[in-house]
Amino acid sequence: MASNEQTPVLEVKGLQTSFFTPDGEVKAVDGVDFSVNSNETLGIVGESGSGKSITSLSVMRLIQHPGKIVGGTIELSGEDLLKKSKQQFAKYRGNRLSMIFQEPMTSLNPVFTVGSQIAEAVRIHKKLDKKAAWQEAVNMLKLVGIPAPEDRAKRYPHELSGGMRQRVMIAIALSCDPELLIADEPTTALDVTIQAQILELIKELQEKSGMAVLMITHDLGVIAETADKVVVMYAGEVVEQADVKTLFKRPLHPYTQGLMNAIPRHDIDLDELEMIPGTVPTPQNMPSGCRFAERCPYARELCVEKHPELATPSNNVDEGITTGQTRCWIYTDEWDGPNPTKGVATNQ
Amino acid sequence: MTTPLFEAKNLQKYFPVKGGILNRTQAQVKAVDDVSFAINPGETLSIVGESGCGKSTTGRAILRLDDPTDGEILFEGQNLMELSKSDLRQKRKEMQIIFQDPYASLNPRQKVKQILDEAMAIQGVVPKAKRPERIRELMEVVGLRPEQAERYPFQFSGGQRQRIGIARALSVDPKLIVCDEAVSALDVSTQAQVLNLLKKLQKDLDLTYLFISHDLGVVRHISDRVIVMYLGKIVEIADKKDLFDSPRHPYTRALLSAIPIPDPSKTRERIVLQGDVPSPMNPPSGCRFHTRCPFATDICKTEEPELRSTTFMNETHKAACHHIEKIAETEKTSIV
Repeated sequence: MASNEQTPVLEVKGLQTSFFTPDGEVKAVDGVDFSVNSNETLGIVGESGSGKSITSLSVMRLIQHPGKIVGGTIELSGEDLLKKSKQQFAKYRGNRLSMIFQEPMTSLNPVFTVGSQIAEAVRIHKKLDKKAAWQEAVNMLKLVGIPAPEDRAKRYPHELSGGMRQRVMIAIALSCDPELLIADEPTTALDVTIQAQILELIKELQEKSGMAVLMITHDLGVIAETADKVVVMYAGEVVEQADVKTLFKRPLHPYTQGLMNAIPRHDIDLDELEMIPGTVPTPQNMPSGCRFAERCPYARELCVEKHPELATPSNNVDEGITTGQTRCWIYTDEWDGPNPTKGVATNQ
Repeated sequence: MTTPLFEAKNLQKYFPVKGGILNRTQAQVKAVDDVSFAINPGETLSIVGESGCGKSTTGRAILRLDDPTDGEILFEGQNLMELSKSDLRQKRKEMQIIFQDPYASLNPRQKVKQILDEAMAIQGVVPKAKRPERIRELMEVVGLRPEQAERYPFQFSGGQRQRIGIARALSVDPKLIVCDEAVSALDVSTQAQVLNLLKKLQKDLDLTYLFISHDLGVVRHISDRVIVMYLGKIVEIADKKDLFDSPRHPYTRALLSAIPIPDPSKTRERIVLQGDVPSPMNPPSGCRFHTRCPFATDICKTEEPELRSTTFMNETHKAACHHIEKIAETEKTSIV
C-alpha cells in the first residue's frame, strides 16, 4: 500500500453538491471527503439517494443545472479541478480522468461505429491522425478482450451485446491512459456471468496501467471483490470508511451493519433477513441530528439532537481491533448508554 | 405424494420473427422450448437464469398472459389451454402476478383504493359494500397504513409501491402468485422488507409462489425448490439445498461461482464463462450450453441431453448434462 507522502491521484475534501429546485435547496452531497491512490480501488457504496452517483458526477464536473457544486475541493494529483475553466477542464475529462456508466447503450452514440467513437477520443486527446487513431481504436478493442477487433470496430453499438458494449465503453475510457477511472455501477445492468468478466477485465487493466479506480455501486458483493478501501454513504454523507477487510470484519455504523445483514446470500442460509425499517429521509426534511437516527435500532436522544462527525472510534470498540472511521455517537465519549453493538459483527 | 397445484407439461412459447415484403414469419425465437415442471401447494418454486433464458416468458405463459405455442398448463388438474376467455378470467383470480416495476404496473391516475377496488370488482370476489373494509385490511396486511389508500402511486416509495402491487394481487384471494423479479428494482434494505413480507404472507395465507429472479441470493432465501434455465430450457431442477450445495450442471456451477460474495475473507475458485449467451433465434445444436461449457465434448454438439438423475443425486435433483458423472469425478479432486 502507498506511503503517506504519496500524493493521492484523487483527493476530495468537503465536497458539497446541491440542487436548486423550486422547493428549495436539496443537498445531495453534503461534505464528503475521500482519497484514492494509484493502483488502488476505492469503493463507494450506498443505496438510491445516498449521493454516490452525484459524488462521481461532481468529480467529472458533469453536474447540470439546477445542480451545482457549492463547496469543497477536488484535486487530481494535487491540481484543484474546480479552479479550472471549462475549456481547461475539457482537456482533463476523458484524458486524465474518465468514467464508465451503468447503461452503455445510452452512453454510446447509436449512429457511429464503435471504432470511430474510440478513435474520436484518441484523436482529440492524443492528437493522432485519422489512420493512426483508427489503428489505436482497434488496439484498444483487442485490449479489452473483444474477439475479431478489426471487424467489431466497424460495427454499430446495437450490433453488440450488453457485455461487449460495456467493453467498448471501457476501451473509450482507457484509450487515453487515464490516471483515474470512475466506474459508476458498471455491471449493474449486466448478467452475473458477464459481470464477472467485466470486473476481471477492470482489475487486469488496472494492474497493467496502475490507474486509480473509483468503483461506485450498491452491491456489497462487488465491493468485497474489487475494492481496497470503502466509503459507505447515506443521505449525502459518508457514514463509514475503512479498508475493505476491516469494514466487512467489523462494520461500525448501524447502517452498515444493517445493510450487511439485509443481503440475501447465495452461499449461506439465513433464517430471516434483518430489515432496516423505514426509508431514507428526503432531502426536504433532513433530520438535524444523525440522519440515520429514525431508522436506527440504537438511537438515543443524543442521536436525534446532535449531528455526529466522521471520526475514529474512541469508545465501545474492543482494544486491539482495527477499525475505520464512522459517523456515529455510539463510538464517542459522549455516548451515555451501554454498548448496544456488542457482539454485533458480521463475518466473524 | 401430494397432488401438484400447478403443472406445466412440454410448455413451448415461440415468438415469430417477421420480415420481408410480405411480412412472413422468417424465423422463430424459441423463448421457452419444451419445459415441464410442477408446483406443489404451499411451496415456493423459483426459476433463475440470465436475461433471455425464458424465465419471464414461462411466468407469463403459464398465466396465459402470452398464450403458449404448445404444451399443457394444468391448474388443479384443469387444462387452462382449453378454457375460453371468460372462463380464463374467472380462473385468474386463483393465479396472480406481481411485476418488477410496480410503478409501471399501477395506474398513475388511480388512488390506491381505486386500484384495489377495481381488482375486486372485476373478479367479483367481495360485494361492493364490504370492499372499503377489505381495502383497509389489505393495506394492513402488506404493512401500509389504511389511510394511505387515499394516495396516488407516485406518493409512495419504491418499496411501498411494491407492497401495493402485492396488496392488489392478494385482493382476490389467489392460490398461486407469480412473482416476476418482484424485488429486483428495490434497494437491499427495502428488498429485505418485501422478501420478509412475502414469506410471512405465504405462511399466513397458505400461498404458493412461482418466484422468477436473476438473483441467486434472493432465490436461496425464499425458495423450496429451484429451476435453472438457459436459452429456453431447464438445465437443472433441485431442492434448494441440493442446488446450492451440490450443483451438477456446469452452467449452474458457473452461475453460482460468478456471484460476488459480500465477504472479502472468503476466497474461492471462480469459473469465468467465455463469451455471451447465443441468440435464442438460432440456438446451438445438441446441448445449448456447449459453446461456453468447459466440459463440452463431441456428444454435446450433436445430442440434446435429457434431464436426469444419477445414483449419487437425490431423486428430486435432475440436471440436463451428458457429463454429470465425469464432472462429479473432477470435483472430488478439487473441492470448490
